[in-house]
Amino acid sequence: MAGLKDATAIVGIGQTPFAKRLPEDERTLACRAVLAALDDAGIAPGEVDALASFTMEETDEVELAKAVGFGDLTFFSKVGFGGGGSCATVAHLAAAIASGQASVGVAWRSRKRGSGPRPWTNTAVQLPTPGQWTRPFGLLRPADEIAMLARRHMHEYGTTRDHLFNVALACRNRANQNPAALMYDRPLTREMYMTSRWISEPLCLFDNCLETDGALACVVVSRERARDCRRPPVYVHSAAQGLPAQHHGMVNYWNDDPLTGPAWTAARHLWKHADLTPEDVDVAQIYDAFTPLIPLSLEGYGFCGRGEGGAFTEGGALEIGGRLPINTGGGGLSEAYVHGFNLINEGVKQLRGTSTAQVPGAATCLVTAGEGVPTSALLLRS
Amino acid sequence: MLQPIIDADGAPFWQYAAQGELRVQACADCGEPRFPPRPCCPHCQSFASEWRSMSGQGRVWSYVVPHPPLLPDYAEQAPYNVVVVELAEAPRIRLVGNLVARAGAALNSLPADRIRIGARVHVVFDEESGLPQWVLERS
Repeated sequence: MAGLKDATAIVGIGQTPFAKRLPEDERTLACRAVLAALDDAGIAPGEVDALASFTMEETDEVELAKAVGFGDLTFFSKVGFGGGGSCATVAHLAAAIASGQASVGVAWRSRKRGSGPRPWTNTAVQLPTPGQWTRPFGLLRPADEIAMLARRHMHEYGTTRDHLFNVALACRNRANQNPAALMYDRPLTREMYMTSRWISEPLCLFDNCLETDGALACVVVSRERARDCRRPPVYVHSAAQGLPAQHHGMVNYWNDDPLTGPAWTAARHLWKHADLTPEDVDVAQIYDAFTPLIPLSLEGYGFCGRGEGGAFTEGGALEIGGRLPINTGGGGLSEAYVHGFNLINEGVKQLRGTSTAQVPGAATCLVTAGEGVPTSALLLRS
Repeated sequence: MLQPIIDADGAPFWQYAAQGELRVQACADCGEPRFPPRPCCPHCQSFASEWRSMSGQGRVWSYVVPHPPLLPDYAEQAPYNVVVVELAEAPRIRLVGNLVARAGAALNSLPADRIRIGARVHVVFDEESGLPQWVLERS
């Protein structure tokens, strides 16, 4: 079986400015990001025949296609579970193109989460089933749900607030190098972190991602077509989704082992189909809606042993020059929170050698989607 | 305060809770308990289920202390605690709830510094809301 390995490549990326509030609506922002990505690739909109996005994306295929002038579409899919679907959008396009269902795919996410409502404040529409078991008791927000796992991880493994600070700091330091990042001119200190207000103990303000308006997109084509594009191809070496047996979503408190989440499932598939191991990864873009997702993901994707995710962050491991530089554009914590799509585009920038915090000689990059929810991941190479 | 938005699978849990009983769904064929409730057994695929009475004893598995921004009714009581309790008879059955000073007390009635992972707790019921709550075994 030929499989997906290096069969497709990301050849274009695009983004709008990021801000707490942008004047344009989500549909317009989606159009701008998609057209920027196609221009970056040197591909005309009329050549696009495949689309992939999130089920939470408000701009549907019809609206996007007729606005920007796509050709006839023969493949379109949407992935569920919020930020868990980010990498899967590219994975679905890669599968469609590798199997001949389409030839030019666009993945995108446009979201006004900065100026729009917080989803958890909607009491009429609840997440499926789990809501009745959690929300009446005041476990209202994703931050509360993840804080519950973070506290247990601290209890079992000695993970500390300093470990979570290491995550927040690495992201902020990279954002301080990235003029497009919301936190470009806002340095973070340990004192600021330790004295900031609580959101859900043990998580404080700086353990939570930004709330951002913005849109991003990328273009996926076959490896043969990629040779003719404007930029160097970034190959989709391996891709995976993960929904573990007996998993319960973000409130994964009801299976045998709540501290092994979807990352572990996605990772097994990702590495099985790769010629690389975690030791071969030069730089990683790890989904960071909340700082504890980084230690959990480091364990899940095999960068350290179970329970070692906190300790892994010590000694500048996540900084440029460390064992595993992460979120080199600033991530969801400090660049922009657009359901993790900025992590995909930043992975492409690293492998093109054009990141604002370039890891010298980076040739392999892991990109992950939301941990806790059913997730997805990409292993990219130049 | 939010009341549970109940589905067909979960309804018996809330009906028993309103009567002051803690029961969890179990397979009527292979006997495995399961939570949250669902139409069939993930172990043996049987659609036959029963509602098994629990002692109401458990231990705190983890907890959080939410602070604003929150929904208004919750913000008024913040900071309060939310706990996950492992049931003594079925450690994989973990219930989200609140550790309170006594039955019917507010979400913030027990200071958060009294809470420890591993603490023994038992269930009580808030007569007004019908929701289960938890109190420390030794207070």
